[in-house]
Amino acid sequence: MELFGKVNIDWLGKKWYFLAFSLIFSVAGIISMGIHWSQIGSPLLLGVDFKGGTQVKVKFEQTPDINRIRQAVSAAGIKDASVQPIGDFNQAGGNEMLISLPEQQDEASLDLGRQQIVSALRNFYPNPFKDSDVNVDVVGPTVGKQLESKAFWATIYSMAGMLVYLWFRFQLIYGVAAVVACFHDTLITLGAFALTSQEISLTVIAAILTLVGYSMNDTIVVFDRIRENLRLSRRESLPDVVNRSINQTLSRTVLTSGLTFLTVLSLYIFGGQVLRGFSFALVIGILIGTYSSIAVAAPMLVAWQEWRAKQGKAVVLPAAKRARM
Amino acid sequence: MKKNLTNKIIGIVAVLLVCLWGIFGASKGVTGAALTEGLTKRIHLGLDLKGGAHLILQVKVGEAIFAETGNTAGRIQQDLQKAKLTYSQVYVPDQAKPETIRVEGSPAASANAVETLLDSKYGSIYNVASGSDNSFTLTMKPLQLAALDKKTVQQAIDAIGDRVNALGVSEPVIQEYGLGKDQILVELPGVDNESDIEKIIQGTNRLEVHAVVGGPYKDEQSAAASLGGSLPPEDELKTFTGVIGSGETSVYVLQRQYIVGGQDFRSADPGIDQNTGRREVSFTLTNEAGDRFYEYTSKNVNHSMAVVMNDQIKEVANIENPIRDSGRITGAFSQDEVMALSKLLSTGALPASLAPLERRQIGASLGADSIQKGVTAAIVGVALVMVFMLIYYKGSGVNADVALFLNLVILLGIMGLSSALSGGASALTLTLPGIAGVILTIGMGVDSNVLIFERIREEVRAGKAPAAAVDQGFAHAWVTIVDTHVTTIVSAAILFMFGTGPVKGFAVTLTIGLLANLFTAVFVSRVIFDAHLNKLQPGEPLSI
Repeated sequence: MELFGKVNIDWLGKKWYFLAFSLIFSVAGIISMGIHWSQIGSPLLLGVDFKGGTQVKVKFEQTPDINRIRQAVSAAGIKDASVQPIGDFNQAGGNEMLISLPEQQDEASLDLGRQQIVSALRNFYPNPFKDSDVNVDVVGPTVGKQLESKAFWATIYSMAGMLVYLWFRFQLIYGVAAVVACFHDTLITLGAFALTSQEISLTVIAAILTLVGYSMNDTIVVFDRIRENLRLSRRESLPDVVNRSINQTLSRTVLTSGLTFLTVLSLYIFGGQVLRGFSFALVIGILIGTYSSIAVAAPMLVAWQEWRAKQGKAVVLPAAKRARM
Repeated sequence: MKKNLTNKIIGIVAVLLVCLWGIFGASKGVTGAALTEGLTKRIHLGLDLKGGAHLILQVKVGEAIFAETGNTAGRIQQDLQKAKLTYSQVYVPDQAKPETIRVEGSPAASANAVETLLDSKYGSIYNVASGSDNSFTLTMKPLQLAALDKKTVQQAIDAIGDRVNALGVSEPVIQEYGLGKDQILVELPGVDNESDIEKIIQGTNRLEVHAVVGGPYKDEQSAAASLGGSLPPEDELKTFTGVIGSGETSVYVLQRQYIVGGQDFRSADPGIDQNTGRREVSFTLTNEAGDRFYEYTSKNVNHSMAVVMNDQIKEVANIENPIRDSGRITGAFSQDEVMALSKLLSTGALPASLAPLERRQIGASLGADSIQKGVTAAIVGVALVMVFMLIYYKGSGVNADVALFLNLVILLGIMGLSSALSGGASALTLTLPGIAGVILTIGMGVDSNVLIFERIREEVRAGKAPAAAVDQGFAHAWVTIVDTHVTTIVSAAILFMFGTGPVKGFAVTLTIGLLANLFTAVFVSRVIFDAHLNKLQPGEPLSI
């Protein structure tokens, strides 16, 4: 069975459509981040991991009543608590409620909030739950700040690490094009989180780093083929080589992203609430990561060489290096 | 031309067997229950799957420094008295800068003598600077300060370790948390019980004995009024709650620097006073603290001292006789407090109090829920991919499926082996994002196979014979596979270095999975292809 026989699509001829597509989604994401910024002072909704705060997740033995929990919590004198159900009560493993308090400057009062919530539920709400059915997250502002900067630097370092590797294996411009494509993917994925008002947690950061790796993976497959074709046929123009390389790897690209998408989709559907943010980032990321290697990274290579040609400089071809390790 | 594959096949089977041993151990049988038992012993689950508590605690090192400089201030006073040098006060002026001691009120004539004394006796640990009004400022040297800081954090880690052992928690993690200064990470697998965790955090209570300067007063205002409106920097106000439940409180003025406290206690036992029926704790002090306590109590017979716990006065007692290294504290303790206090004192008190910065509790059954969902997602994902590969690549699809399956076996096998070989000490743990890492590994594993197969198809289309097509396909795809794997391992390694807890688990499974994949998708898959080619009749096409 084969999905693609011989394809002959002029990908580079569509670069203005690609540019428009990427711009629309990037700009939509940026505008949405701007709106968040003006409302909450942060471009993205940060989860308790980064922002700090108190969250208590309880799985009740019977179907809980959200209004009565609200009453119980306020009867205990807790202010500003938000109560929300998790998932579907009718499903197996339902009956879960998330009660959260906003961030506080004072670490001691965060922990106090946790105690108050648990005792309010025990004393004012007659729906029993076991110790083993309670999840608690109390994160102070200090730790949240530490994590925030750590996540930021981890992303920067991992991109830099990959840039250096590609520089070593190909040429600097290949590394730059691949990193720009990754940046593009990260921006659009974060934009999707802003547009859908979903919270960024620590696991979402892991997902974003994963998608950076995945997008890089996809870009390298195309670049490898470009390098190989450049070595074989020196007389062909660069746009033709790039087009041919994308077409040659197209069936692989579609198959791999399709299959990875399948596994990530099963994670999204069956993985439960805890992994929802993680799998959402990957579902978006795999689609956009595949797109970007064809529509961002490859055209950037060509644009760079055309710009150099206009400057009267020699076209730099990486084919001189032997590709075999 | 047929290739001899016997050695390679033996190698692959050996790897498979070692990994199976890694996963299940020497299972008692091949029944489901025995295998599950072996599996749960070998594969270490992270807190998010097993349930447990995760704490990040800030050690208030300033308190330990304050205690040290306070002691030094006391010694300076003694030295100055012995040398018959005049001074008005020696004290630590600012609790926010506990490393600084002030010596004030020396007359101009003896200022030089004071400076010489300070330099010769304390110059090795403190920088001595003289001020304009014949006052002196001693600041602890940065090197000494750093050493004290390190020692304090280590003592706190040891003390928490004792307490955790007393609770009987298996495989706890208690270590310095590298992200911030003076922070400790505590992980207690399987502990989801509120009161057990409280015991460790409430262990931050400290017991101290302070000298009473004045009191009792009705409240803080009247205490301040009696002092002429302002509290001297070396003193502090503390509340005495009196008999539990009586609701009566009074305020005392205490010397800020304690006489004995924290690590000075060697052991303690709970008990009940025979005469009054009140709860008491009998204690013994360390030798050094005993000497200090004796010196103080013999000088201050008929003065009062206050027993302070958790910033509240528990008892005010009159010193009737000098006390050396053992005594009894009878006070307004609750039963729980007496028990907690004696346990605390005998397991080594904390050098400084702890503030929880982060606290996460994962209920064990919620963790089990997550495992079930994660595993379901992984199985569904793998099954879908395997079925698709069979349909799309026919005979070669079997090849890819074997490679995928082997990849998972090796991944779990290495995690199991890490636990078996290190005796559980440095076992790699499986976390919820770790399961996600497994799923991603499946995706990348499939990618390697797809790359190779598509390339072989291309070569076949170009008219190459099966053996040459397989050869070329592997050769070309190998370059790409190395590049993609190295880049992803680079980013996974960075995640491993910078990530914490669950994210680290993700990096672990992803890295092992990718390494296993280099073996299965390239080496194992090649062997299976070669075996297939050996059986192929001349002219028969490759099933791909």
